[in-house]
Amino acid sequence: MTEIRKSPKILVFSSDKISDPGIDQAGLRKIHYSPSIYVISLPCSSGIKPRWILHAFEKGFDGVFIAADGHECSYTPHCPELTNNIITEAQRLMKEKNINPKRIRMAAICSVCAEPFVNHMSNFSKILAELS
Amino acid sequence: MEEPTEKKRIGVYICHCGGNISDYVDVGQLREMMESEENVVISKDVMFACADSNQKQMVKDIQEMKLDGIVVASCSPKLHLHTFRNVASRAGLNPYNYVQVNVREQCSWAHSDQPEQASYKAAGLIRAGIHRVVYSEALENIRISTQKSVLIIGAGVAGMKSALDLAHMGDEVYLIEKEPQPGGLVAGKGKVFPTGEKGSELVERLLAEIKKSGKIKLFTSASIEKISGSIGNFRSTIKTGDENPETLTLTTGAIMVATGAEPYTPAENEYGYHTVPGVITLTEFDELLKSCSAELKYAGKPVKSVSFIYCTGMRQSQGEHKYCSRICCTAAIHSSLVMHEKFGDVRAFHFYRDIRTYGKQEILFEKSSKSGDIYFMFQEKDPPVIEQGKNNIRIRVKDLLTRKTDLEIESDLVVLVTGMVPRRDSETVAQKLKIPVGNDRFFNEIHPKLRPVETVIDGVFLGGSCQGPRNISESVQSSSSAAAKIHAIIRKDTLELEPIVARINEEECTWCEKCAKVCEYDAIFQIETNGKIVASVNEAVCKGCGACTPVCPTNAINIALYTDEGIEGMIDGFIQQVQLKAAAKGEKAEEETAPSVEMKDFPQIWKSIMEEVREKPQTIPAIAAALSQPMELVTYHVMTMNRYFILEPAGIDDNDEYYLYKLKNKA
Ligand SMILES: Cc1cc2nc3c(=O)[nH]c(=O)nc-3n(C[C@H](O)[C@H](O)[C@H](O)COP(=O)(O)OP(=O)(O)OC[C@H]3O[C@@H](n4cnc5c(N)ncnc54)[C@H](O)[C@@H]3O)c2cc1C
Ligand code: SF4
Ligand code: SF4
Ligand code: SF4
Repeated sequence: MTEIRKSPKILVFSSDKISDPGIDQAGLRKIHYSPSIYVISLPCSSGIKPRWILHAFEKGFDGVFIAADGHECSYTPHCPELTNNIITEAQRLMKEKNINPKRIRMAAICSVCAEPFVNHMSNFSKILAELS
Repeated sequence: MEEPTEKKRIGVYICHCGGNISDYVDVGQLREMMESEENVVISKDVMFACADSNQKQMVKDIQEMKLDGIVVASCSPKLHLHTFRNVASRAGLNPYNYVQVNVREQCSWAHSDQPEQASYKAAGLIRAGIHRVVYSEALENIRISTQKSVLIIGAGVAGMKSALDLAHMGDEVYLIEKEPQPGGLVAGKGKVFPTGEKGSELVERLLAEIKKSGKIKLFTSASIEKISGSIGNFRSTIKTGDENPETLTLTTGAIMVATGAEPYTPAENEYGYHTVPGVITLTEFDELLKSCSAELKYAGKPVKSVSFIYCTGMRQSQGEHKYCSRICCTAAIHSSLVMHEKFGDVRAFHFYRDIRTYGKQEILFEKSSKSGDIYFMFQEKDPPVIEQGKNNIRIRVKDLLTRKTDLEIESDLVVLVTGMVPRRDSETVAQKLKIPVGNDRFFNEIHPKLRPVETVIDGVFLGGSCQGPRNISESVQSSSSAAAKIHAIIRKDTLELEPIVARINEEECTWCEKCAKVCEYDAIFQIETNGKIVASVNEAVCKGCGACTPVCPTNAINIALYTDEGIEGMIDGFIQQVQLKAAAKGEKAEEETAPSVEMKDFPQIWKSIMEEVREKPQTIPAIAAALSQPMELVTYHVMTMNRYFILEPAGIDDNDEYYLYKLKNKA
């Protein structure tokens, strides 16, 4: 038996207090999503380094999704803006390496956002499948 | 910055969770696979990782096998991170050399429809955990010395009472009041509910005690100019006195915000305010009650009837004040009773939306109803209309109590029942302290139920009605509990903070200031080392959010626990190709086709557990306590019942610690 690569591999960055519990909810309620989705949770999306995103692509991930806290962020009201800057910088680095900038996405996911998370994942998977 | 020393003796524990994980994920094969991972010296699969017996075994393993890092692959870290950090501590291992991998919520449950793929994913997740623990550092909590003194901003009843509490516990208090007199909204008041004591007397009594205490320095006509520093050592610049202003700097271990609220001021012509003579606010009416002696008179004319219009400026579905102000129903009814008591035969009409005399305050409502006061009920969309009549004021209303009959009442005085709104300058205070305000512009606590007097800034607390409308007793309750919290912090000489903070690599830093500019908490400042200017982090202030790390052009900052090696190592772990032996057909459970068990075959403990959760969802510890059974046993049975679709999870408890379980609908 070998691993079947049906769906694109997605790396999700979530936040410890808000979006990661939302992703947990999807599991708790057994709302299924693709098993090629892996999550790393951090204190806040404003702390994601573009080099980590690049590392993921270089190692074979097809897409990176940032499950941000948006305006619910308890650290800084500028969170959406700071996270956007990170994405812009990552996309600049991605272009240099010929990686399609559409392979990175962000959406606000809150602690009860089980369905929205799963919907984002299936939409993003479709987009990534079309890209390759 | 020290380079992390890699961990070389790692223990891996993979949990079955009584079937919640092992029904979908091939726990046995994963255990075998992890045995041959680099740096792993022991790999085990266990029925319940969180069970006491396993925790004890882990302590033994750590000590006997000299483990320098552990990974537990089980449920979400939200549930058991601290459980296993404590296991590490008990075994003498640094708790930050422990990593929890979420193979339940984010793997076995999420992919229960594809068990094979779930096993592959779990392999990647556990590998990532191992990589992460390899680069984990032994972190020590940050220790800082503290001042045994407190700054309280606002000398209303909340600030005054908590100042006394702190002084009685031996702490030094600086109480700052912007007005010339202390006492806030209560200072000028006549009789207040529920005791009937005069507000002014209450304030005088508190003031006398403050003077006597010898530990409280009260500054009136004073303002906060600037606040810097952090928990343990805040520095505040205060300006005192109007005529010959003086500036002084105070150093305190903690700060309490007790700046209160202010009464709502109606807009021009709102219910005829300032346009129809005789329309006044509740605050103005209370003043009138106090100043009149033999007869109730307004503008020289005797008052024989008064109409109260409730919820003025409050509970606005469209406007800024969506909330109910809590105190005004009771305050208005109380004032009406005081009026009857002092001036005898004056008629009172109450136009309300709902009467919210909660708790014991209901007695006042009953007393008012019995005294002959008349109540009319209106809806927000049909508010009463106030007009100037011939000799007095005319109030027209569509009364819900009489089937929306249009009624007209005449009255000598109309009292707008105005509630409490945030102080106009509350945002300035919030900015100085960097504490958040809510949509309603009152100050925000961290969590209304669990951390009701703490703010996101360590060492800054909230007390009284600056958090939202409260009566005197509620205001004092909250400020007294903030005082107790504060004392618990500053009574020790040093305090410990979590070490998840930013760290600077001084060799790489060029002091470009980008990190300092992005930091919301002003945690980064410049220092000179070896003749070079570099960035430095105030660990007591840093929140570990990480916002400063991606902006650094030379990659000179990282957050402890979230280093490049750790995160990139995780990514490598996810992606690594793995081979699993095919599971024999039929071995895996199919989704939603649970083996069926007849009710009559249920063990007695299942029936007892079902009884416990029948009324409302319960957590495993609560069930264990109610049945006087060990947690371990209850965990096992609840997990099995979950597996057999008898119980199902119903959210997380208030402490964000345990799942609640309820009966599954079809069971
Ligand atoms: C019309 C009305 C009637 C009421 N009647 C009753 C009643 O009968 N019984 C009852 O229990 N409750 C009553 N209340 C509620 C009661 O007034 C409050 O519970 C109480 O005032 C709360 O006390 P506090 O100390 O939190 O706030 P406040 O009384 O508002 O005191 C806050 C103090 O902080 C000072 N301050 C604010 N900002 C700063 C700053 N930046 N720097 C320095 N100082 C500052 C203010 O000047 C003030 O002195 C009534 C309220 C209203 C509006
Ligand atoms: S306490 Fe009564 S008057 Fe005040 S806002 Fe609430 S319902 Fe309206
Ligand atoms: S952003 Fe980097 S280089 Fe610039 S001051 Fe901060 S740590 Fe130093
Ligand atoms: S981690 Fe956040 S709080 Fe700490 S220094 Fe960086 S930006 Fe400031």
